[in-house]
Amino acid sequence: MSLRPARLRLSDLARLGGYGLRSRPLRAVLSALGIAIGIAAMTAVVGISASSRADLDQELAQLGTNMLTVSPGNTMFGKQATLPDESVAMIKRIGPVQSATATGMLSDTYAYRNDRIPAAQSGGLSVLAAKLDLLKTVGGTLDHGAWLNAATDRYPAVVLGATAAERLGNVPAVYIGGRWWVVVGVLQNVLLAPELDSAVLMGWPAATTYLGFDGHPTTVYTRSVESRVEAVRAVLAPTANPSAPGAVQVSKPSDALAARRATNAAFDALLLGLGGVALLVGGIGVANTMVISVLERRSEIGLRRSQGATKGQVRTQFVAESLLLSLLGGAFGALLGYLVTGMYATTQKWPTVVPLWVLAGGVGATVVIGAIAGLYPAIRAARLSPTEALAAT
Amino acid sequence: MNPPETVANPLETVVNPPETVANPLETVANPLETVVTAPDTLVGHPVIELAGVTKTYPGGVTALRSVDLVVDYGELLAIVGPSGSGKSTMLNLVGTLDRPSQGTVRIDGHDVASLSDRQLSALRARRIGFVFQQFHLAPGRDALGNVADGLLYTGVGKREREQRAEAALVRVGLGERLTHRPYQLSGGERQRVAIARAVAGDPPLLLADEPTGNLDSVSGAGVMDLLRELNEAGTTILVITHDREIADSLPRQVPMRDGQVI
Repeated sequence: MSLRPARLRLSDLARLGGYGLRSRPLRAVLSALGIAIGIAAMTAVVGISASSRADLDQELAQLGTNMLTVSPGNTMFGKQATLPDESVAMIKRIGPVQSATATGMLSDTYAYRNDRIPAAQSGGLSVLAAKLDLLKTVGGTLDHGAWLNAATDRYPAVVLGATAAERLGNVPAVYIGGRWWVVVGVLQNVLLAPELDSAVLMGWPAATTYLGFDGHPTTVYTRSVESRVEAVRAVLAPTANPSAPGAVQVSKPSDALAARRATNAAFDALLLGLGGVALLVGGIGVANTMVISVLERRSEIGLRRSQGATKGQVRTQFVAESLLLSLLGGAFGALLGYLVTGMYATTQKWPTVVPLWVLAGGVGATVVIGAIAGLYPAIRAARLSPTEALAAT
Repeated sequence: MNPPETVANPLETVVNPPETVANPLETVANPLETVVTAPDTLVGHPVIELAGVTKTYPGGVTALRSVDLVVDYGELLAIVGPSGSGKSTMLNLVGTLDRPSQGTVRIDGHDVASLSDRQLSALRARRIGFVFQQFHLAPGRDALGNVADGLLYTGVGKREREQRAEAALVRVGLGERLTHRPYQLSGGERQRVAIARAVAGDPPLLLADEPTGNLDSVSGAGVMDLLRELNEAGTTILVITHDREIADSLPRQVPMRDGQVI
């Protein structure tokens, strides 16, 4: 007769692990909870940031990523450069450019609620001269009132950015350069050109007539054919200022917008780290439970050895139990993390996105943790001599 | 070769127990000559053979001193002695749960010293059944589950384990208690479940360690009757007890004191 121990079937192994957990359900649930919290935290952190990114992608798809802005940089000698007056017209001649428009900042000119405000309290608002097609190019919308038109851009009339309107209050007119300017409209936030939010916008001719504006554009906004944006970007500087292309700054606001959202990455990493710590603590909890379980179940181990279980089979039984325990926690944690993401995303009006790799990674992590946490107790269980184990009560 | 025709009495003790079991001591008288069949193979050796076995535990306690014992297939015997006489150590050695410090232990023809831990496990799984004083039943499993789980390490599928477990429970008279949990059973019934678990795999050797130790006298007598029945059906049974009365009710007694057979 050959004395080869029979192999434990996988189904029997799973059942064995299950019996162990079912005999002490409360303890199983509590120790799985640690793992669950860790996985939930990690899933939620990644899920929330993924949902936020999905929302940004949607937003960008709506706003378009084909906007480039041109502004003057510094001259070779470190002085503030200017863009030539013709730059807008020249940029418009670049083939793939669909539209180009500009604002010009009026230096040393400030807007006030009324004529009693001390000159120093300018409120951080800028006064800009705007071309009439600005709103269309930057994708801005009016909160109320009207945008400048060919009539109002010659007279003292302004449109307020969203932040500017908030700071100035609901006033019929603002006081700029010793003159009252009628507020004809208020904008909503302009996501791709946030500098317009804190601006008081007036017509190009009016700025020249009443405030002595020099007519140099300070920011040129362009929209190009989506596929040619990078090509346009390469030629924008020499086109805007052929004599000093180095003194021109070109930027892509959609990138800046994405980068601003990405600054949350550091915070995400911190939360992810906390989730990792929770997971570690959960793993230690599982190991602890398994160690106690082995101590308590010595007579069971002895019985199994007397029934012909090999050391290896006792070891696998306890590893299986530990794996099952942490998988239980992992699955519950992933579900919890998904729900938290869903709830948060709903309050933010974001789409709920939990990448599949997070769920797979979470389950994978719990398997690794379960195996590591269970290994030491399992080895102890297997090393127990059958006679000692049976003598324990 | 056709064993039943070539061998004398002892063979038939297994093949056809009720008629020939009458005098099991006869087979002991001349162990080397006896040829006995286990259910599956023709064998020419006793089921238990201890020669000059000494067991010394770390710390210098000698639990067994140069013990010799031969038990043939089909026997029913008691190892009897007061606590500390070495009978539990004897059970551990016979059950291959422990190895001797000196001497040879042969179980079912296998020299324990030459077997690895894995091989000993396989030997226990297929050839030895254990019954303990404390029953060692899983509290969360019903009688059927407890008995079926006893076959986990024999390599038998779940359905067959359950079929065999049911048959074993019927055999010990618990056919009506299949789905009862241990706490729903009396002490005697629990020990019957444990016996069913030990014999469900049809091992040729059954080791019972104080099987009636936790039972009242009526249940105890019932358990002993059951062991006698199982023995009549061919299983070799070794009962360890401190109770002289129980020992005297069995065909053979091996009295022990201070680690020696007296």
